[in-house]
Amino acid sequence: MEQATFLDTNELVLNMGPQHPSTHGVLRVILKLDGEKVLGTECVIGYLHRGVEKIAENRTYVQFAPYVDRMDYVAAVSNGLGYCLAIETLLAVEIPERAQAVRVILSELNRIASHLLWLGTHALDIGAITPVFYCFREREEVLKIFEKYCGARLTTHAFRIGGLLYETYDGFEKDCLTFCDWLEGKVDEYEELLTTNRIWLGRTKGVGILNAEDCKDYGVTGPVLRAAGVKWDIRKALPYSGYEKYDFDVPTAENGDTYDRYLVRIAEMRQSVRIIRQGVENLPSGPIKGKVAKVLKPPIGEAYTSIEAPKGELGYFVVSDGSTQPYRLRVRPPSFVNLQALDKMCRGSLVADVVAIIGTIDIVLGEVDR
Amino acid sequence: MAEESKPGAEKPAEPAAKPPPKPGGETPPKPAAKPPPKKKVPTVMEVSPWESPLVDSLRERFGDQIKEFSSYRDQSFLVAELSAVVPIIEFLKLEQDFDYLVDVTAVDYPKRENRFDLIWILYSFARNTRIRVKAQAGEGDSPATVTSAYQTANWLEREVFDMFGITFDGHPNMTRILLPDEWQGYPLRKEHSIIQQDEDWVRENLHIESAQ
Repeated sequence: MEQATFLDTNELVLNMGPQHPSTHGVLRVILKLDGEKVLGTECVIGYLHRGVEKIAENRTYVQFAPYVDRMDYVAAVSNGLGYCLAIETLLAVEIPERAQAVRVILSELNRIASHLLWLGTHALDIGAITPVFYCFREREEVLKIFEKYCGARLTTHAFRIGGLLYETYDGFEKDCLTFCDWLEGKVDEYEELLTTNRIWLGRTKGVGILNAEDCKDYGVTGPVLRAAGVKWDIRKALPYSGYEKYDFDVPTAENGDTYDRYLVRIAEMRQSVRIIRQGVENLPSGPIKGKVAKVLKPPIGEAYTSIEAPKGELGYFVVSDGSTQPYRLRVRPPSFVNLQALDKMCRGSLVADVVAIIGTIDIVLGEVDR
Repeated sequence: MAEESKPGAEKPAEPAAKPPPKPGGETPPKPAAKPPPKKKVPTVMEVSPWESPLVDSLRERFGDQIKEFSSYRDQSFLVAELSAVVPIIEFLKLEQDFDYLVDVTAVDYPKRENRFDLIWILYSFARNTRIRVKAQAGEGDSPATVTSAYQTANWLEREVFDMFGITFDGHPNMTRILLPDEWQGYPLRKEHSIIQQDEDWVRENLHIESAQ
């Protein structure tokens, strides 16, 4: 090895995490650095692995439902929706329209909550302290609606296989509409704070670029894919739970960098507000639970069902052997698959950008590790 | 052959005709008014054939390497020979626009000769179609990796290895991903019991018998 003078830079391997605050949980990233420049990264994951898929094989279909809330715990409602839809596909059961509409409303509220948490913490990682307080304030209102609806704020277990357990509470519609009106102004406020902020632009423009080709190659979905210009949203492409009846746009951007992902998520919050308004205004009356047996025994078969979770495509592949327990239940987590593209996004950027890039993928380690 | 690919084929299904046991032997007041509805429980996956231009071109190209084209709950899948999977997936990607590998996973049927079902889920943005490619793999089989076609497969195949112990031939980094490197066994195999695992841990680390 050549003698290093003080002007030389040697390659340095740096450990980031698992307890680093900007890794949003327990993610360990091993960085290979040349000075400030990132030559490559490797993710070490699994610190939160609980064996969710194994647990599923040892529980009945109904018993397992609350477990899915613990994967992506900031979007528990979406997790539950995906799980219920997967089992309902196997059972081939019709879900009443009212239940579908309430599911859509709550899922969209959850999408807003998830995006708000992402925005606050992402901005905090980059150095803007103010948005996190604002975002958590608004998110609190969503959690209050969840709490009034089903008693829980985070791990909601809001839906049941076949429909809903709870009828909406008195004033649900009013709460939702009030929140929608209120949130729109707040989103404007975030945009005022960030969208044209010079520091924000400097930290996010051109950082962590992932173009459409790479997105497809890495199987990246959700806002990251849409920010690269691919107009693809499962709610539009393969509608579920009655999404085809709602009028909304799929926001996209062009450059696929951190800034564009920010714009896409901000726009998605506005679209979610549109969906919630339509859902509340046209909330059908009627039963809230379809015809499902007390003891669920899906016929022998297998099905893959996926939804557009706030972070991307969340899929459940369920194999039934005709008994009360899943023979195999596979979760296709968006965070896990999206995180794999971290290396591609980080190469060539600076150490400080790694923090921004981890934030912009919007991962939840509970879902990465399951 | 087709019977073997059905999940649960080795597990005898519930006898369909068995009526639920009535509490008490005395004559119920109205036995004839509500006889328990005898639903016929299917013992195999009730698939319907999958027909489309895509199927025709796959048949033409791969012939009897693909054993089955079926569809269940409006979801299409094909069952192929393990050795033909990579050519099929590359054909689907390069010539049929299936440019997004959604998932790679496996299912364990320990009593079967080839104990694993491997499943690749593919999606095409242009066609807006999702299909599944299935193949059987035995203990010790090393299916070829699809990382050359899709980067996604890297972590997904590592997870299959981690959970089932199936090694993918040609994979750039075939190591455990979610579990620690020193972990013994493959948890999603059916013989891996969570109770047993707990008992072993308690015995080894606490030197007592587990109360599980």
